[in-house]
Amino acid sequence: MRIKNLRFGNLWISVTSVILGMLVGAIIMLLSGFNPIENYVSLFTGAVGSPNAIGEVLREATPLILTGLGFAVANSAGFFNIGLAGQALAGWLASVTFALAFPHAPGFILLPGAILAGAIAGALWSGIAGFLRAYFGASEVITTIMLNYVALYATNAIVKGFLAKGDGDYSPTIPVQARLRTPFLEHLTQNSTFHWGILVSLAAVVVVWWLMKKTTLGFEIRAVGMNEDASRYAGMSTKRTIISAMLISGCLAGLGGAMEGLGNFQNIIVNTALPSIGFDGMSVSLLATGSPVGIVLAALLFGMLKIGGLNISIASTTPPEIVDIVIAAVIFFVGANYLIRYLSVKLRRHPRQPEAVASDTQPEAAVAERAAQAEEEGEDTK
Amino acid sequence: MALTDIAIEVRGLTKRFGDFVANDHISMQIKSGTVHGLLGENGAGKTTMMNMLSGILQPTSGEILVHGQSVHLASAKDATQLGIGMVHQHFMLVENFTVLENIMLGVEETKGPGVLNRHDARDKIMALSKRYGLSIDPDAQVADISVGMQQRVEILKVLYRNADILIFDEPTAVLTPQEIKELLAIFRRLANEGKAVVLISHKLKELQAVADVTTIIRRGKVIDTVDTKTTSTEKLAELMVGRHVTFQRERVPMPAGPEILKITDLRVVDKQKVTRVHDFDLTIHGGEIVGLAGIDGNGQSELVRAITGLMPTAGGQVTIAGQDRTGATPRQITRSGVGHIPEDRQRYGLILPMSLVDNMSLQVYTLAPYSHHGVLNPKAMIANTENLLSEYDVRHSNIEEPAGSLSGGNQQKLIIARELSREPQLLIAVNPTRGLDVGAIEFIHQQLLAARAAGHAILLISYELDEIRQLADRVAVIHDGTIVGQAETNALSESEIGLLMAGETVSGKEEMLNAH
Ligand SMILES: Nc1ncnc2c1ncn2[C@@H]1O[C@H](COP(=O)(O)OP(=O)(O)OP(=O)(O)O)[C@@H](O)[C@H]1O
Ligand SMILES: [Mg+2]
Repeated sequence: MRIKNLRFGNLWISVTSVILGMLVGAIIMLLSGFNPIENYVSLFTGAVGSPNAIGEVLREATPLILTGLGFAVANSAGFFNIGLAGQALAGWLASVTFALAFPHAPGFILLPGAILAGAIAGALWSGIAGFLRAYFGASEVITTIMLNYVALYATNAIVKGFLAKGDGDYSPTIPVQARLRTPFLEHLTQNSTFHWGILVSLAAVVVVWWLMKKTTLGFEIRAVGMNEDASRYAGMSTKRTIISAMLISGCLAGLGGAMEGLGNFQNIIVNTALPSIGFDGMSVSLLATGSPVGIVLAALLFGMLKIGGLNISIASTTPPEIVDIVIAAVIFFVGANYLIRYLSVKLRRHPRQPEAVASDTQPEAAVAERAAQAEEEGEDTK
Repeated sequence: MALTDIAIEVRGLTKRFGDFVANDHISMQIKSGTVHGLLGENGAGKTTMMNMLSGILQPTSGEILVHGQSVHLASAKDATQLGIGMVHQHFMLVENFTVLENIMLGVEETKGPGVLNRHDARDKIMALSKRYGLSIDPDAQVADISVGMQQRVEILKVLYRNADILIFDEPTAVLTPQEIKELLAIFRRLANEGKAVVLISHKLKELQAVADVTTIIRRGKVIDTVDTKTTSTEKLAELMVGRHVTFQRERVPMPAGPEILKITDLRVVDKQKVTRVHDFDLTIHGGEIVGLAGIDGNGQSELVRAITGLMPTAGGQVTIAGQDRTGATPRQITRSGVGHIPEDRQRYGLILPMSLVDNMSLQVYTLAPYSHHGVLNPKAMIANTENLLSEYDVRHSNIEEPAGSLSGGNQQKLIIARELSREPQLLIAVNPTRGLDVGAIEFIHQQLLAARAAGHAILLISYELDEIRQLADRVAVIHDGTIVGQAETNALSESEIGLLMAGETVSGKEEMLNAH
C-alpha cells in the first residue's frame, strides 16, 4: 500500500507536468492566433487515428524506451549520464557495420550479432566515462559531453571514409536478414516504419526492472546512489558499482542506437547533430521519474507528441515547432518536479477539514515533508 | 509577562502516520521560566510532538496554544515567528557553509535588496555567543568543526531568531561530560531569563540536575508529570519503561581467550596529511571488553576507520584472529568476523531512504540464503528482518518503511541488531547506546556482556565514562592519537581517567599504566 502510494505520488507529478506543458502550449497558440483545441485534436488523430500512425508512434517510442532505461540505471547510481546520444551513435554504427560485414550470414546469427554489437559498443563508450569517474574522479557530466562529440565526428569520419560508396554521405543498406522491419509489420500498419525492435525494448524493461529490484548488483547500484559512505561501510566496491551501472546504461543506449540502425534507418548516415534519442531518452526517464513501466508510458507519450505533431502543420497553418514547445514545457515542469512536490506539501498543510489529513498523511508524505522543510530552510539533514 | 505564564499548552494533540499513532491525545502545559524535561522510550513520540510544536509536522488532530492563543503552525517559519525554536536530534547544518552563514540562514539581514549585511549579523551573533558562553569560530566551515561546536551553532541559531520557547531534542547525546555541564548551566540561565526550555533526554541524571518538572511519555501517551527533584532515578526509569530497570551490570570473570585484535605501531594520516593516529598498540583477547576512553577528536574516528578498512593506514599492522588484515577491504574485514557499530549512524550505519529490510541486509545480502548467484532472496531477507526487529524491540510501523522514518533510538537499535546478529568475534562499538532509553541500554549492555561471555572480543569506544566503567575489563585512554595509559578498569578512578584524557599524567601509577 505504501509503495503504491509512493508511485501514485510520482505519477501525479508526471501527469501534472504533462497537463501544464500542454496548457503552456495552448496559451502560446492562443497568443499567436492559432486554435489550440483544433490543433490538439489534429495532434491526437495524427498520433492514434490510423494503424499507420500507431505504427509510427511505436517505432518512435522503441529507442526512447531503451535510452530512457539507460539514463534511469545510471541515475540510480547517482550518475548523470548525458552521453546517451554518443553511446547510441556508437551502437548504431557498430550494429550497421556488423550487419554490412557479414552480408551472407544467416539471419538468426546476423541479427542477434548486430544487436549485440550495438549493445557492446554503447557499453564501451559509456565505460570510458565510468572508468574516468571511478578511478580519477572525473565528472561524468563533462566526460560524457566530450565523448558525445568524439562519437559524432568519429562516426561521421568512419561513415565517409569506410562505409559510404564513393563520395556519398551514407552507408549501403543492411542485408535483408539483418533488418528489424518486415513486410508483415508493414502490411499490418499500412506501410509504417514499425519494426520488431519494440520487443527488444519491452524485454529490456523487464530485465532492467528485475536487475534493479531482484539482484545484488541492483541493490548495490541503488545503495551507492543513495549513500556512498554507508555502501562502503557495507563492503560494496563503489568503483565497481559505478562502472557496472555505467556499462549497463551505455549498453541500453547502444541498443537504442541499434534499433535506429537496424529498424528505422537500416543504414547509417553522416549526421550533422547527435541523434535526438539521447536527450529525449533523458527527458523520458525524468518524466517517468525512473520507473521502468513509467518509461514505457513516457516514451509512448513522446512518440505521440512527435508523430501527432507532424499532423498539426498538415491540418492547419500552425508551425510544427509548436510541438517542440509543448515538449520543452513538459520537461520544464518535470524539472520543476521539486517545485510541484513542494506545492503539494503546502496544499496539504491547509486542509479543508482536519480529518482529510488523517487518512492521507502517509509516512512518505511526512518524510517528503521533512525533506521539503529542510530544503525550504536551505538546510542539510546531517 | 509573568514568570509563571504558560508558554505552550497542547490539548488532545494526536499524530498518525498511516495506521500508526505516534502521539495519542497528548495534553500538557509548559511554563515560561522553567526547564521542562521530556522523558520516554525510543519511539515514544517525543520528537514527533516537538516537530509539531515547531511547525515541521502538522497534527492529525488536537490544539496547540502559544501564550494562551490557539495557533496553526503551518511551517517552521510560523513557529519561528511565534518565538519557538528547536535544536534537532540530528543536526541540520549546511556542511560547506561557515558557522556564521549557518546561523544567518533563513533570516538573513540585508542592506538593500539581496545584499547580505554580514557585519551587523556578525556583531549580533558574537554578542550572543559571549553572553551565553557559547564559544564558536564564526568563519570555520561546519564540515570542519567538532560536534560540540555544531551543537553550539544550533543553539545560537535558535537564540539569533529571538526564540523564547526553546526545544532541545537530545542535545547532550553527542557531548563530552564537560560540555554537558556547560550546556545544562546555559539551560538554567535561559529559564531564569524567563524563557521556556524543553529538554528531551534519556539521561536521567541530567534531567534531575536541571529540569524543574518532567513529563513522561509512553507509546504516544502522557503517563505522568512529576517534580524531577523529588523523584528518584529508579522511579523515573520505571515510569518510563513500565518495568523495573537495573543499572548494575554483572560481569562474570572470564579466562583470557586467544588474541583476537592486535594493533601494532599503527599510524593513520588523513587526506590533509595530518597524522591522526601514531605509535598505537592495542591487544584485545577473546572474552574481553576493552574500553577506549578519550575526548572526541583525539583520533578515535580515524582509528576505527583504519581498522575497518574505511581509511588507509600509513604504517603499522592490524591483525585479526591471527591474520594480517592491514589495508584489507571493508568486506574482507567484515567476513573475517568483525562487527562495526559506527559513530555516525546516519552517514555510515544506514541508508536512510532504503527500507528496513534493505538496511538490515546491508552486511549479508551477498551471502546465502539472502542471495544465490547474485539474485536476491527477499523471503529470507524479510524473515531475518522481522526476527531481528522484534528481538531487539525496534519500534516500527512497517518493514518496508524507509529507515529515515524510524526514531533516532530505533535507528541505532537496528544497527546494533544487524551487527550483533552476525555474532562477530570482534565487535567495534562506537557509542553503541547513544540516544537509547535506559531500558534499551540495559538490554544492549546485556547483549554485549553475552557476546563477551561467548568468548568474543569487544572494542568499546564511548564518551560515556560510566558505560566504560560498567562494561570494560580494561580501560585504555587515547590522547592525541596514541594510547597514554591502560589498566584494569577498577585500578583507575574516574578522575584519574579524566586526567589521562586531558593528556596529563597520574603520579604514582606510571608503571602500571605502561605495563600493557
Ligand atoms: N515520518 C514517519 N513515518 C512513519 N513513522 C514515523 C515517522 N516519524 C516517526 N515515526 C514513528 O513514530 C514513532 C515516534 O517517533 P519519534 O521520533 O517521535 O520517537 P522519539 O520518542 O523521539 O524516540 P527517540 O528517543 O528514539 O528519538 C516511532 O515509532 C517512529 O517509527
Ligand atoms: Mg527522538
